[in-house]
Amino acid sequence: MSSVQSFGYLDEYAKKEVRRSALKAVAIPGYQVPYSSREMPMGRGFGTGGLQLTLSLIGSQETLKVIDQGSDDSVNAVNLRSFIEMTCPGIDTTTKTAEASLIQSRHRIPEQPLREDQIIVLQVPYPDPLVLVEPSEDKRKQMHGEMDYSRLLVKLYEDMVRFDEITISHRYPTRINGQYVLDPSPIPRWDVPKMNHSNALILFGAGREKKIYAVPPYTDAEPLVFSDVPFRVEDFSDASGGRRACRICGCRSSFLDEYSDSRTGETVYQCSDADWCEELSQSTEKPAGVSNA
Amino acid sequence: MHKVLNVSSLSKVYGPGCSDCFTLTGPQHDTNICPRCKSVVAAHNVSFDLYQGEILGIMGESGSGKSTAVKCLYFDEPPSSGRAMFFDATGKQHDLFSMNAARQRWLANHHFGMVYQNPHLGLNFGITAGGNIAERLLMSEVDSYTEIRSRAKELLTRTEVLTERMDELPKNFSGGMQQRVQIAKALATQPNLLFLDEVTTGLDLSVQAAILDLILEIQQEMTTAMIVVTHDLGVIRLLAGRTLVMKYGRVIESGLTDQILEDPQHAYTQRLVASAL
Repeated sequence: MSSVQSFGYLDEYAKKEVRRSALKAVAIPGYQVPYSSREMPMGRGFGTGGLQLTLSLIGSQETLKVIDQGSDDSVNAVNLRSFIEMTCPGIDTTTKTAEASLIQSRHRIPEQPLREDQIIVLQVPYPDPLVLVEPSEDKRKQMHGEMDYSRLLVKLYEDMVRFDEITISHRYPTRINGQYVLDPSPIPRWDVPKMNHSNALILFGAGREKKIYAVPPYTDAEPLVFSDVPFRVEDFSDASGGRRACRICGCRSSFLDEYSDSRTGETVYQCSDADWCEELSQSTEKPAGVSNA
Repeated sequence: MHKVLNVSSLSKVYGPGCSDCFTLTGPQHDTNICPRCKSVVAAHNVSFDLYQGEILGIMGESGSGKSTAVKCLYFDEPPSSGRAMFFDATGKQHDLFSMNAARQRWLANHHFGMVYQNPHLGLNFGITAGGNIAERLLMSEVDSYTEIRSRAKELLTRTEVLTERMDELPKNFSGGMQQRVQIAKALATQPNLLFLDEVTTGLDLSVQAAILDLILEIQQEMTTAMIVVTHDLGVIRLLAGRTLVMKYGRVIESGLTDQILEDPQHAYTQRLVASAL
């Protein structure tokens, strides 16, 4: 090994392989492309799949944003960001969604609509939605090939029978381009519609499971549903039926996290997307749906 | 009468197979294991036609290849050689063994139904009875929840399963009930062709009679063509109009059921009929 650390930690051959797999994933929307996931200086399950994609795609002119559950300041996000800064000298980092050219994220897609010139990389624990109904990967591959998703739909049926509602809260199986069904990583239902005809390229990296897949820009992404049971996102209504607002910025149109106030014991709500909340709190002109409650 | 299925020279060999497999096995050699390469000739040269509304019986002892033939036709196993033509309700031909796996699955989902001896093979015990029927409907692209519910209810009523138990797991059901759910599932897509593999074996006599009645009613009502695999002569006598008798993977006798049971020609069939009486 040369004494000079290569840009982006991975060697050029490794990065080339990841890029080639990513290109294949874009070419076959929703298809899980196997790749040779490298050992990273962190445990598998801490975002190694997303990290390898980011390190392979990033160039020194890039501006990077790393978020974890919407937050730029959580341990996972901070450590990943500083690792990438350390191994990719010259890149810029930001917490502002609008300024980033590359976004690595865990469990959220930012509230602010992404643009064509942005790429979002999502960290994936379980890439295959069929794992719920079929333990054998061989059989799952065949099921994907034959578009045999009836058993996933049966799961939805059983939910409807038992609870009158589909109870999947995150990792909602989504059909891409009318063909493959993918696991959109543990994003909440709230974020699923954002994948449909997204302006930005969405890449998924599963390091432990060694898979890369993609939702290319302007591609159909439809959550699996019955024709007479429409897909619903979280509604955040309170007891009186009104929409809860963020306690910091007052936004009534974002995905909210629920906290318990440690002093008063009260249940409080605030934007899960930290940058969105920050931007709204600072701007004087508030967009529609925001009140100063 | 409209032809539903034409099977010609269907063969299935388990093992490497050699050029002598077919000449050194069969009833005349008293074995279906090739002495040269040790392959098992499960079925060889099985040919028959099946017409709409007809029930064809396939009879024989265990290991005679009767289930293997049906499994090949239902795509559970690929055949070693042979051809099978399926004609759907519009008269369109489908060459079963030349299409790819996805087309085969599509065809089986839309036009075939299968009822196994063991409900564990035909039903998913982890989901409700209604869910099992829903799976079948979802496979054939019915995507409305209300429609699935009402179709499942209809089918369970038809097969005399209490609809109040629709949302229960099949493991809570008796053997006869499980078999009824399995039949309801197989009928969900109104198949043109129904395979019944030892459906009454292991059930007590009164339940057997009720299931056989149900099968006959379905045949009368829906004019579904059926292939009934069994070793039970009573079932053959009651259901099948025509019968194939198999031994060591070969069809040794075929013809009208009455004829075969009253005037068996082959020594094995004679022994079989005599021992049953």
